[in-house]
Amino acid sequence: MSLVFYLITALTVAGGLASMLLKNTVHCALAVTVAFAGLAFFFLNLDAQFAGFAQILVYIGAVAILVVFAILLTKGSETPKDGVFSRTWLSGLAIAAAVFAMLGWAILHTASMLPGATPVPTVTVRQIGQALIGRYVLPLEIVAVLLTVALIGAVIVAMHEKEGTK
Amino acid sequence: MIQNLDQILVLLQHWLASFLPAAWQGAARAFISAAAIVCVFPALFAVAVWLERKGLGRMQNRLGPNRVGPYGLLQPIADGIKSLTKEDIVPLSADRAVHFLAPVLLVVAAFMGFAVLPMGRNMVLVDLDAGLLFYYAMGASSELAVFMAGWSSRNKYSLLGAMRAVAQMISYEVVLLLSSVVVVMMAGSLSLTKIVESQNQYTWGFPHWYIFTPWGLAGFIMYAIAATAETNRSPFDLPEGESELVAGYHTEYSGFKFALFFLGEYVAMFSISGLGTTLFLGGWSAPFSFLTWIPSWIWFFSKLMLSIFVFIWMRGTLPRLRQDQLMNFAWKFVLPMCLLNLMVAAVWRFMDNYWLRWVVCSAILLLAYEGLGMAELRKKNIGPRSYRYVE
Amino acid sequence: MTPLAGYLLVAALLFSIGLAGALTRRNAILVLIGIELMLNAANLNLIAFWRYGPHPEALTGMMFAIFSIAVAAAEAAVGLGLVISIHRHAKTTDLDQMNRMKG
Repeated sequence: MSLVFYLITALTVAGGLASMLLKNTVHCALAVTVAFAGLAFFFLNLDAQFAGFAQILVYIGAVAILVVFAILLTKGSETPKDGVFSRTWLSGLAIAAAVFAMLGWAILHTASMLPGATPVPTVTVRQIGQALIGRYVLPLEIVAVLLTVALIGAVIVAMHEKEGTK
Repeated sequence: MIQNLDQILVLLQHWLASFLPAAWQGAARAFISAAAIVCVFPALFAVAVWLERKGLGRMQNRLGPNRVGPYGLLQPIADGIKSLTKEDIVPLSADRAVHFLAPVLLVVAAFMGFAVLPMGRNMVLVDLDAGLLFYYAMGASSELAVFMAGWSSRNKYSLLGAMRAVAQMISYEVVLLLSSVVVVMMAGSLSLTKIVESQNQYTWGFPHWYIFTPWGLAGFIMYAIAATAETNRSPFDLPEGESELVAGYHTEYSGFKFALFFLGEYVAMFSISGLGTTLFLGGWSAPFSFLTWIPSWIWFFSKLMLSIFVFIWMRGTLPRLRQDQLMNFAWKFVLPMCLLNLMVAAVWRFMDNYWLRWVVCSAILLLAYEGLGMAELRKKNIGPRSYRYVE
Repeated sequence: MTPLAGYLLVAALLFSIGLAGALTRRNAILVLIGIELMLNAANLNLIAFWRYGPHPEALTGMMFAIFSIAVAAAEAAVGLGLVISIHRHAKTTDLDQMNRMKG
């Protein structure tokens, strides 16, 4: 477990915690952007360069901007009068802690069965391209249709309804 | 001798790194390249600021700055001293942390793009296999910085400017990516060094630059349009136009932070021009085969400065586009042309007859241009042009 | 502890942080942010198993993660569109006040 791994872990977990604990919604969105960047660094550390750059491009370049636009359009930066956590916060926290405990137990219990250090895979973009058109062409086309449907659906859902028309 | 002149900067870098023990030499070489980039491009920024003010002045039939040095050459130094010594005013209700971080993030994102640009033969900081994807990932991060700047100022004009700028940048980001995907398709790699090497061949003295093909020319024009929109330059500078929105998203910034925004905008302009020359104009390759004795990095920087001059020329000549006009332009005209360009490039690649494919590809592109243009103009009921002269 | 176990633990921690946020925050947009964090944790899991698995040249893990990124972006878009239209109707994004089926 190298120093780089611990540094990236600290950055990502700090970003995640900040995004769930801060009061100001825009600060939460910016903190989760830091967490996305930390995850991109994790992917680069794991020799998955294409996934790392795609993570930055899609999540920081698109999803984070979507989230801040939604916060702006719904006046999310006003602090609610009853506090930022819901009434049932304790049970939510307990469930999340239980999930983490179970996952952690499962990982540590089976840690001896996990493979150790493996050689670094050399993945070129050409191989990814050939895999996308060869073996994974059906998921690619389905994701294309899904993105089109999501685009049209999001536009229809968020469109202003004109008075008198349905 | 010619070889040495071409590689002189690489040799200098290796010589400087040779003072350190062998284990540290790789990191030292990377550090020296990064330091060189951080020193050279702000110097070019000073040159570009002078060029812009003089050039715009001459285009507007006035002299530019001519007081500070001979022909105003020391004006950028005066500007730098002014912005460093101005008071740094932060509004009382502004969000201090985000207000501070926004220009920092913008400048960092702008400089990161230079890491994958090949500025000469063997002169790329890191030769990534997915270099173009890295470049666009860094460009996408700068949009968030613009939003942070506008939101943290707690100012209606800043917020409006930031929203307009972000909407414009995400629309033209799609166009930017699609117009460069056609180059990736024909070169067969996302690595920028391989794209330049595939353009570094000569037939009868003429280079194989992608701009000299129909799909390359169309791609270059669309890339140039998207590049001016991405860097918020005229004619797409509604988010920062002085007569529109005070100063847009950098209204509430003064002193050094404003200078950082200015630096970030010009460095982004350099970086995107650098990418444009790499993709379409052949990067560091010479225009004719008998000119290859001139060092490669001189060619790269000359093409870069030529692109900067074209940016300044467009700023001085073209009027500003309105927000809805520029969004319509992006989504309804340029984006379909980009997609059609991909198909035309495929036709070019697989058509056998060498001369017929020029005719066919150019015809398809020109017909599409006319057709889409007619479809857009038909709704506008524009009458014939009429002139009115002063009596 | 092997490197793979380290990555899996970090992914589990991020997942539970996202889950805690999605279950305890009032604002609907923060719930969506929590969901995005959970999806990211799952992606980290996938890439870690791809890297330390037996056949990394088959690219299965990386493909899975790339498709997951694309689908998560689409789902964020649709979810945020829904939040915007609910805000237009109920004038609030507070989830504690949306506890009735009546519109």
